Amino acid sequence: MARYLLTRAWQSALTLLMSTIVVFVGVRALPGDPALALAGEDRSPEALEAIRRHYGLDQPLPVQFAQYVERMAQGDFGVSIRTGTPVSSMLTTALPVTVELSVLAILIAAALGVGAGVLAAVRRGRPAEWLANGLALIGLSVPHFWLGLLAILYLSVATGLFPASGFVPILEDPVDNLHHIVLPAVILGTGLAAIIMRQTRSAMLDSLSSDYVRTAKAKGLRPRAVITRHALRNSLIVVVTVVGLQLGGLISGAVVTEQIFGLPGFGKMTIDAVFQRDYPVIQAVVLLTAAAYIVINFFVDLLYSVIDPRIRVTGDPA
Amino acid sequence: MTTASAPVLEIRDLSVSFPTETGTVSAVDGVSLDLAAGEIVGMVGESGCGKSVTAMSLAGLLPGSARVTGSVRLDGTQLVGARESALRRVRGREIAYIFQEPMTSLNPVLSVGRQIGEVLQVHERMSRRAARARAVELLTLVGIPSAAQRVDSYPHQLSGGMRQRVMIAMAVACGPKVLVADEPTTALDVTVQAGILQVLRDLRDRLGTSVLIITHDLGVIADIADRVVVMYAGRVVERAPADDLFAQPRHRYTAGLLSASPQPGRHAGTDRLTEIPGLVPVLASQPDACTFADRCPAADEQCRAAAPPLEDVGGTDHVAACWHPCATAPTAAQEANR
Repeated sequence: MARYLLTRAWQSALTLLMSTIVVFVGVRALPGDPALALAGEDRSPEALEAIRRHYGLDQPLPVQFAQYVERMAQGDFGVSIRTGTPVSSMLTTALPVTVELSVLAILIAAALGVGAGVLAAVRRGRPAEWLANGLALIGLSVPHFWLGLLAILYLSVATGLFPASGFVPILEDPVDNLHHIVLPAVILGTGLAAIIMRQTRSAMLDSLSSDYVRTAKAKGLRPRAVITRHALRNSLIVVVTVVGLQLGGLISGAVVTEQIFGLPGFGKMTIDAVFQRDYPVIQAVVLLTAAAYIVINFFVDLLYSVIDPRIRVTGDPA
Repeated sequence: MTTASAPVLEIRDLSVSFPTETGTVSAVDGVSLDLAAGEIVGMVGESGCGKSVTAMSLAGLLPGSARVTGSVRLDGTQLVGARESALRRVRGREIAYIFQEPMTSLNPVLSVGRQIGEVLQVHERMSRRAARARAVELLTLVGIPSAAQRVDSYPHQLSGGMRQRVMIAMAVACGPKVLVADEPTTALDVTVQAGILQVLRDLRDRLGTSVLIITHDLGVIADIADRVVVMYAGRVVERAPADDLFAQPRHRYTAGLLSASPQPGRHAGTDRLTEIPGLVPVLASQPDACTFADRCPAADEQCRAAAPPLEDVGGTDHVAACWHPCATAPTAAQEANR
């Protein structure tokens, strides 16, 4: 186990370094000059030179990169070129919004998807399955920016059930916070719920026709125990894999959803930063996303061995 | 081991059919059988002859589409057509199953102790701790060494023979009256087979459990069974005490089965095993005729016109469904096939 963790940590560090390089180079390959954007009216060569020197943009790229990595290792993500505020303080306000939105969306999607998937498999060929399949098809084919607009139109503007936009920090007022974030989370979770439902359904159909389920029935267990303890437990590995694979999609979905519902999260911060060529912010955002991805995948891998005892984590490369 | 007391399991005229797109398929047709307390009955036949369907239908374990008629009485309680909740109380407690593939029949993600304990928790209302402790005793009972450690193992950490012992421990956990073993040794090595059969015999001797063992392996039958039921195309064609059946098979199909199996004393190379010509008939239509007629060396018009009833063919408790049973001379069948 220790060896496994060590290997994984090393692999993760390498992946992080690679993404740092890609982001660093990628951002600078974009057309547009931050010094020019910052200079405003005064575009004299002296002024531009001063700005470049101030932000270290006059140094050769490798030097800039080394300085960047060194500062980052100390937890210093730099200062936003656009607003002049430290990137780390921008992150501390934006990150909780996105984390809450994503976690809630995953929870909602998992509850809906697993529930509907189990139901569809158990009630195969009956109306419940058709309904679940139909809803999954809708969830998959309707883009959630459009679904989000519909929700705002009918559930916020027309009926006033939910606020159309804005955000209240959870520590300030947990109830109001939930009220603001539940609709975006449902919208963000629909696609994922549909995917989870389909995977759960097919995995459950497999396990329900398996020999060990026959054994469980022959033991005189109640249908509930047969379905949850025996069939579902064996299907969960598929569900966890799907959730792990869909996280990338979820993060990009969060960016769009935050824009629609005016949530001051990561997504809004990213889009603003890209438009303004705000190098430090873009770098920090992408790096953090990569880190989140690595960490979550690590937990997914650990979860495998919790669900299925046949999967044992070892230090050997897979 | 046969006794005159009331049978524990009484199967009367059991029929099972499945509706399919091309019409109804009759898998089991009018099977009757008694199982006395502490008796081991072997049910033998080729693949697809309805052995397993018969076994599964006893406790209502067939899929919902199956149509089951007839009567199955377990200690007097009618199981055919019983409510699902009533069947659930019987399954695992009074009638328990052992299946063919111990690898796939055990749940891969639950420890064996948990899987054994589950039966005790649901039927005996034991706590999880008590059930686990009892599971250790049961594992010891079926001959698993260092059971206290093995109780926390997962199926994939055990060998095939060990897994089948776990299945048996699970099946006998609540001391069932009847144990149905569906091909319990088919997936195992011959040496492991003998061990498993010994466990079943021990349990019968110690707990007085009746065992219905289903197999296509005549060697297994000869080893363990008190009585034998031979099935062909969904029907019982012969029923006899094991010794009688091997000494004097009366149905032509049984004789064919025996001569298709290797016997000690026959010389490899000089003596070829005899095959039964033809194939098992499709079960879609059960004609009013002997189902074996098309493959039988002795078949005539009568065999194709009417199905023979199960009739006493001499000896104790020896019945066969054949218009032209084999002669009683012990080796007639073997002789005829040489």
